[in-house]
Amino acid sequence: MSIGLLVIVIVLIAAAGFLAGRARARRASEGDTRALHSLVGFHGQAVFLFTAVPALLLIAVWLLVQPAVIAERVTGLLASERSEGALNLALGDVHRVAAGLDRLVAQGDLSEAAVAGLSVEGTDLRRTLGTAGVAVAGRVRGEVLTAAREYRRLTHLSARAMTIAAIALALAGLGFSLARITVEFRARNVSERFVLMLFIGSSLIAVMTTFGIVASLLVESIHFFSLYPARDFFFNLTWNPQFGGGSSLGIWPLLWGTLYISFVALLFAVPVGLLSAVYLSEYATRRMRAFVKPAIEVLAGIPTIVYGLFALVTVGPFLRDFFAQPMGLGTSSSSVMTAGLVMGIMLIPFVSSLSDDIINAVPQSLRDGSYGLGATQSETVKQVILPAALPGIVGAILLAASRAIGETMIVVMGAGAAARMSVNPFEAMTTITVKIVSQLTGDTEFASPETLVAFALGMALFVFTLMLNIVALYVVRRYREQYE
Amino acid sequence: MTDAAFPPARPRGGSLLEPDARTLRRNAAEARFRLYGVTAIAIAMIALMILLISILSHGTSAFRQTFLHLPIALDEAVLDPSGTRDPAALRKVTTIGYGRLIDRALGEAIAASGITVEGLGKSDISRMVSRQAAATVRSAVLADPALIGTTQEFRILASSRIDGYMKGRVTQDSAARDSNVSPAQLHLADALRAQGLLGTSFNWRFITDPDASELRPEAAGLGIAILGSAYMMIVVLALSLPIGVAASIYLEEFAPRNRFTDLIEVNISNLAAVPSIVFGILGLAIFINFAGLPQSAPVVGGLVLTLMTLPRIIIPARAAIKAVPPSIRDAALGVGASKMQTVFHHVLPLATPGILTGLIIGLGQALGETAPLLLIGMVAFVRDYPEGLPGGLFDPASALPVQIYNWTQRADPAFAERASGAIIVLLIFLLAMNAAAIVVRRRFERRW
Repeated sequence: MSIGLLVIVIVLIAAAGFLAGRARARRASEGDTRALHSLVGFHGQAVFLFTAVPALLLIAVWLLVQPAVIAERVTGLLASERSEGALNLALGDVHRVAAGLDRLVAQGDLSEAAVAGLSVEGTDLRRTLGTAGVAVAGRVRGEVLTAAREYRRLTHLSARAMTIAAIALALAGLGFSLARITVEFRARNVSERFVLMLFIGSSLIAVMTTFGIVASLLVESIHFFSLYPARDFFFNLTWNPQFGGGSSLGIWPLLWGTLYISFVALLFAVPVGLLSAVYLSEYATRRMRAFVKPAIEVLAGIPTIVYGLFALVTVGPFLRDFFAQPMGLGTSSSSVMTAGLVMGIMLIPFVSSLSDDIINAVPQSLRDGSYGLGATQSETVKQVILPAALPGIVGAILLAASRAIGETMIVVMGAGAAARMSVNPFEAMTTITVKIVSQLTGDTEFASPETLVAFALGMALFVFTLMLNIVALYVVRRYREQYE
Repeated sequence: MTDAAFPPARPRGGSLLEPDARTLRRNAAEARFRLYGVTAIAIAMIALMILLISILSHGTSAFRQTFLHLPIALDEAVLDPSGTRDPAALRKVTTIGYGRLIDRALGEAIAASGITVEGLGKSDISRMVSRQAAATVRSAVLADPALIGTTQEFRILASSRIDGYMKGRVTQDSAARDSNVSPAQLHLADALRAQGLLGTSFNWRFITDPDASELRPEAAGLGIAILGSAYMMIVVLALSLPIGVAASIYLEEFAPRNRFTDLIEVNISNLAAVPSIVFGILGLAIFINFAGLPQSAPVVGGLVLTLMTLPRIIIPARAAIKAVPPSIRDAALGVGASKMQTVFHHVLPLATPGILTGLIIGLGQALGETAPLLLIGMVAFVRDYPEGLPGGLFDPASALPVQIYNWTQRADPAFAERASGAIIVLLIFLLAMNAAAIVVRRRFERRW
């Protein structure tokens, strides 16, 4: 049974349970529903929830865990593969062969019995699979065929077991909740408690996501550090991954590029964002505000890929032709300056809307006091409002910095790929995020340090931005409380 | 108290109407400060203008495409030597055979209209036509074998350089330096256009066709990318709406103030600020490597984007729920509703506009997100449309922003034009979503 169908069946069982629960409650009350503790609808609802939810959760968990369990079992059959990389390749072959066999059976070209009788010697398996649109590299080895057969057997077994288990669980829930229906049964409280549990579960997803992020980064980073010395990663000053091993994977050139580009971006975004926020909140007329504020917010709604393309086709060539080349500083259109400037544009709305909030939070009484002493508007801004808002603005800048450090598409398309530590802003440099993308989308095998380094870089990025965020949120919150 | 230094008093005899030097200085500082503010706003506005103009000016031409209008003789001797019209036999004729027919038809058309161009070689003529054209004619013939032996009018794609020449991207100068196109071809294109055989028209296939290989940018389209993005948005919507609303209700209405609730709240606000690429790493490690879901499938993209969007939906949803005045809850509780009934019957309907606005904006962000999708393998080149729902969720597909990234990484400048065109499509979708959010807010927002 396909998963979609299974879900529909379970929902139908639950819907039937809803009707049955209502009818049963009515019968229990002997026609006078006022005798019931809860309205009949609540009885039906309780049955529905107890029938559908556990079964659907079971399906979700089963789908998530099943491939890992099956892979574990199949791996045992591929005993001859010594290295992890070869094993992964063989597993990929197993998946493809199994998918091809499935398709052949589905098309009616091959019977289940014929699959069991297939051998590597007898027929040209590769060509047969080719007719099903499955390409396998090289000859199919006996071991792979056996594993593929086992894989198919286990997947089919698992699918059948899941169907049976899910329906059985649904029916068990149905029976259990129907049996509970009596006149005194507090169906409303039970079903509301159940819904509350679902609410709690939903809000726990955020915690589980964080846990998932930390766990996946940590596991693979530890894996990486077992293949590559941590000392070199943290202290080596060169980044030079090699296909054949012997790479030097020092984080410093990437960190330098990241910080340099973020610095340029903030150098552009902070004054522009802050001053426009000040102007909009202290000087601008209502009409101007109504026009300019949404326009700045448009900048915030534009996806980063658009900024990336802007850097690539417009800003990069412009800076190269009019600044870098005449000044003899470089010939590359992707540079720290390109990425930094475009990222700065992206950050303007971020800085300005945060500062706007913070400036508006400064109490009017402070302004009035300053004006009462005869200060001009700009003196009030510079000597009263900004100092009062300073902690909040620092928090906003830190949040913007964390945004800049984690930004990916603009630097992928605008900063270049050369890991370099130089002070020339018109030279191409690279960042942590660029290297995460390039190491994980490259062709190197997964278990090599060249790929796994992406997880260590991800860990560094995560820790770095997390610290900035925590400090910034703390500062902003402390500041807000000050005037409330 | 006594040591406060007084500024020097206004000199006697000075007039109030005539500002002194210090007032002038302070007023100048005031004017300067205003100027800084105006400059900052002007910089932001100019940046926005340049950004939009640059994308629009690069991209609008992607929606138009140059076509050749040719009568092609579908020669039976080439297409069906056996004369049986047997589909299996017809399939044996590859695009090379059809390519020859097109070349012949183009040669005849040139001869018939009396065009002579100096230095035009035979291969120059065949390279006027896109490599995709033969496939177009072939599928037309396979769909209707009765066409064989007749002469049919076809609208076939011109090659990308000719297309570029029509749009001004390729010039005689650049053609002289380009090995893919010769100046003679451009003269021929001019002559063909004068004869009405070559023309540029609106190109629906840019929006509906799948991506095409490096060598035929003129045939590349966004069909699969749009479909893949739509599938992902369906997954994000189906998961993040119920989960996000449930979490917000719990945190606003039910959660006791304790460590556990604090933990959840801190987590949500931190997740909202985690770089999106980290979610891509999470998706790669958990959904693909651990759970074994297929690479480049919309379901994985949808799951990753859901996790990323959830905190961005929960935060406005909580604000919307919080904005419902307590008197409503008190009234409902007062007439005997349970806490859950109060929430579902009264609070939630009143908070719906705010929740929907946040949801639409969150979906818009998810639609434009690229980095996490790169890591879960959505960069792959996909030629086949995914199936319908729900099975299609597990088929390989592309996504709009990833398709744009993909095109920018290709060498041919024709792909840069298409990337900008794709961005226009993406921006139109985002604009529509944001407009919907504004309408919802205007229409249903209630001030208390």
